[in-house]
Amino acid sequence: MFNNMLGKAASVAFLTLATIFPAAAQDDAVARGDTPDSQKGYDISARSDRSDNGFSDSRVDARMVLKNRAGQETVREFSFATLEKENEGVGDKSLVVFGSPRDVEGTALLSHANILDPDDQWLYLPALKRVKRISSANKSGSFVGSEFAFEDFTITELNKFTYKYIGEEDLDGMMTDVIERFPRYENSGYTKQKSWIDQEIYQTRKVEFYDRKDALLKTLILSDYREYDGVWRAHSLKMVNAQNGKETELVYGDFEFKTGLGANDFEQGVLRRLR
Amino acid sequence: MPERIKGLDKFAVGLASLVIRLRWLVIVAALVGAGYIATGAQHLAYSNNYRTFFSEDNPELKNFEEFQATYTKSDNFLFVFVPKDGSDIFTNENLAAIGDFTEKAWQLPYATRVDSITNFQFTYAIGDELIVEDLVPDPGASADDDLAKQKANALAEPLLNGQLISSDAAVTAINVVLTYPEVSLAEVPEAVAQARALRAEILNDHPQFDIYLTGTSMLNNAFGEAIQSDFTTLIPLMIVIIIITTIVAIRSVSATFATVTLVILSTMIAMGWAGAVGIKLAGPSPSATIVILTLAIADAMHILITMRNAMRAGLAKRDAIIESVRVNFLAVSITSLTTIVGFMALNFSDSPPFRDFGNISAVGILAAWALSLTFLPAVLSLLPLRVKAVDKAGQVSMLRGFADFVIAHNRKLFLVSGLATVGLIAMIPRIELSDEFRKYFDTRIEFRSDTDAVVEYFGFYPMEFSVKAGAPSGVTDPAYLRKLDAFTDWLRAHPDVAHVYSVADIMKRLNKNLNADDPNYYRLPDDPDLAAQYLLLFELSLPYGLDLNDRINIDKSATRVTATLDGDVDTKRVRQFLKDSDAWFDENAPDIEGPATGPQVMFTFIAQRNIESMITGTSIAIVAIAFIMMAALRSVPMGLLSMVPNGLPILAGFGVWALVVGKVGFSVAAVASLSLGIVIDDTVHFLTKYMRARREKRLVAADAIRYAFETVGAAIIFNTVILAAGFAVLTFSAFQINSELGLITTITISLALILDFLLLPGLLILVAKDKGQDAVTNQDQGDIHVQQYAR
Repeated sequence: MFNNMLGKAASVAFLTLATIFPAAAQDDAVARGDTPDSQKGYDISARSDRSDNGFSDSRVDARMVLKNRAGQETVREFSFATLEKENEGVGDKSLVVFGSPRDVEGTALLSHANILDPDDQWLYLPALKRVKRISSANKSGSFVGSEFAFEDFTITELNKFTYKYIGEEDLDGMMTDVIERFPRYENSGYTKQKSWIDQEIYQTRKVEFYDRKDALLKTLILSDYREYDGVWRAHSLKMVNAQNGKETELVYGDFEFKTGLGANDFEQGVLRRLR
Repeated sequence: MPERIKGLDKFAVGLASLVIRLRWLVIVAALVGAGYIATGAQHLAYSNNYRTFFSEDNPELKNFEEFQATYTKSDNFLFVFVPKDGSDIFTNENLAAIGDFTEKAWQLPYATRVDSITNFQFTYAIGDELIVEDLVPDPGASADDDLAKQKANALAEPLLNGQLISSDAAVTAINVVLTYPEVSLAEVPEAVAQARALRAEILNDHPQFDIYLTGTSMLNNAFGEAIQSDFTTLIPLMIVIIIITTIVAIRSVSATFATVTLVILSTMIAMGWAGAVGIKLAGPSPSATIVILTLAIADAMHILITMRNAMRAGLAKRDAIIESVRVNFLAVSITSLTTIVGFMALNFSDSPPFRDFGNISAVGILAAWALSLTFLPAVLSLLPLRVKAVDKAGQVSMLRGFADFVIAHNRKLFLVSGLATVGLIAMIPRIELSDEFRKYFDTRIEFRSDTDAVVEYFGFYPMEFSVKAGAPSGVTDPAYLRKLDAFTDWLRAHPDVAHVYSVADIMKRLNKNLNADDPNYYRLPDDPDLAAQYLLLFELSLPYGLDLNDRINIDKSATRVTATLDGDVDTKRVRQFLKDSDAWFDENAPDIEGPATGPQVMFTFIAQRNIESMITGTSIAIVAIAFIMMAALRSVPMGLLSMVPNGLPILAGFGVWALVVGKVGFSVAAVASLSLGIVIDDTVHFLTKYMRARREKRLVAADAIRYAFETVGAAIIFNTVILAAGFAVLTFSAFQINSELGLITTITISLALILDFLLLPGLLILVAKDKGQDAVTNQDQGDIHVQQYAR
């Protein structure tokens, strides 16, 4: 269980947090729903997701700044490699390698994402020189102490949700479609997510996460979108927890696409050879 | 009579005449004005946050706020499940209820975390696989041998045993952490209502349990509930007392009606003002209603008694009213002023509700003073009032007999009462400051009764430590972990500690899990990088709401250790525990020390903080009141002397408390200044008459004392009875701070009467140059009679 989450999280997620993955093709009737609102919500989300198809693989460095209510700050750095799924029957594969803090440098998390089942995950611990397989059904916990959950990195997986179209809204001078989506998988920490997708390049600009009692838990603002050959990526993601006052800012460096990574680079055995 | 006094008399007569002439206008203006101000009361609300009792500068509050900003806010509900048949928790039937409840508890308003034995994140290894899952994965559907394993795992887990499961597995607790936005006062009552509803729902589905509900949210809610309970019991009681005393004293339904109206208007004005300026009622501040009712009736009573006496002496009602205002104007004004000074001094308190209490009371006393001199005469002039001829001779001769006795034995009485007072004062050091928030409420409040049940099974007072590693990522340094572990061990061995939650235990468990569950590895990892990587692994596997962010700070430079003390420890033992833990750090690990914090740490020092802050306030009150007395008595030495019979009863009152009760909460800090302002009234009346007799009648000390007894003795006794009764009403408060305040003040007021009657005469004779204690009175009866209503 644990696996899944992480994997998914990391994979889909980090890289594409803002953007979207391919699951578009996999639309299924459940996700679409039957009402006009859910169909429209699904269509807008699908258009957003599809704008990302065919990126093949990517690499990027990321930096997270965590802040608490007392004003203390700390930084976590890592790099991601992602391999686009071969077909709709499987999820993406991803590899997260931690760079800082120094004591976790070289720790590597390999995830094989699944759509509705928990992901498969392995963690390489350099201090132990061993790979540990992680079993946990939980994808909604804090990622390395930040306000992001694993789960948040999968927000663009089309078929993980059902949808409801809410309406149009002006978001800081940008026309957006507002859509609510409801997790279909078990063990989600959320009852729903509300997202704002712009009408120009179809990217997610803002997401509100609602907790199990349907109260606003946290707000994600995505900005600094840059285009790489038709694929858009947000480079700044700021998550503010509305309940505990903590916040985390995730900043990506330049993405590299089609770097020649293959399935072999995302197998367990690779973990030991990383350094 | 000096010009100044004549001028005042003239003013008072003019005022009274005017008020009677314009009585309708005065009455309507008073009613409309009071009614208008009273509309402010709609903004009144109950505070339901224990932090209200601490000023922003309070060092213990600051520590705790910083701690909470670093980790998490600590508001919680603790639900304790006790199977009625005494059965084990680990049956499918019981676990089904716990699991059901755990799920539903996430729905409680503002809930951000729910910890129970079913959702505890249990870790184990299968080869190179780390499995993280709920301790009871499918509550209600476990196989028998799984139940046995779950029980063994729960009891073996130091984070659970003693915290969420009793060591005999017969009782379990569910902790719900709440993060209130703190924008509305409705939040806490809303959460509590839902928590109670959830408990009722679970009891309906699973009737095999008793479920007790406590935690800081219940504490916070109890403050509001205690106020409501007090309002519905104490105020009606006080009104009944007012009606009875007025009828006994005046024997007139009309006068009683006028008095009750006056005290209610005064209280309305004060509470309206409080609402308008945005005061949130908390702790002692709502008691201002009782205090105002009590003190307002005293003002009215002086006017009424004098008026009645004047009418008995043959004056017409209108003239009697004017005469009463004339003779009482100065005394009522001075006593109101000293009382206001005493209450205003509470602004120096470290505890904001005491400041509010002082200010609301002061406004009410001011209103009562103004209404007594305007509204009351106006109403009295309208209402039918008849005075029955009563035999006053009995009362007067009794007082005269008492005066003769006191004068005859003045030295003995002075010595005996003086020595007794000194003896009582010597007891003061035996007073033990004691603020245990569990015991702030009596058992009428559910928080108290449920908590009393809970402390039978679990600890209650969390002591929070932020144990510092000194550098980012330092918490996985083996040297730090060893010290943390040693501190954890020391805490577990401390006799008052019921449970310890420490990250050291998590590190040991992970080390074991990642070494194929080999029990030999149940120890701290000795490689800092390895420890850090364990933590990373563990953090990656935790579900929503159950992460370590409330245990380790964000840059991993400190971890939180929670030591829960037994619920029956008193403040003294808490203080001792804090000293012990400081000493442990000083001796063993001065570099990692984080001071203990938490609600009970704050309350442990609240009395001390308030006493310190009230030293200035009380000193100012004493000096101001001494100056008022000097001015009132037009004599510096007499003003100073007046402080003796007023200061001593306050000190003696503490002595009585030390002997009879022993422990006292932080309201003790407020007692000195407020009771000084009140008990001085008796002395004002007594010494004013004494001085008048000395100056105008040229009487020797002994005769002047007789004169004072005869003229105001009855009024003083009456006054004391009313005040003592009013404060005694407060002793029925559901809130300990109020009931103690009421009881100490009642004792002090009563002692003041005793010392005014037994010690003061001796003192006056002692300092007088013409003692004359054997002189025979040369007043004729008529003189006394005329002076009777002049007090």
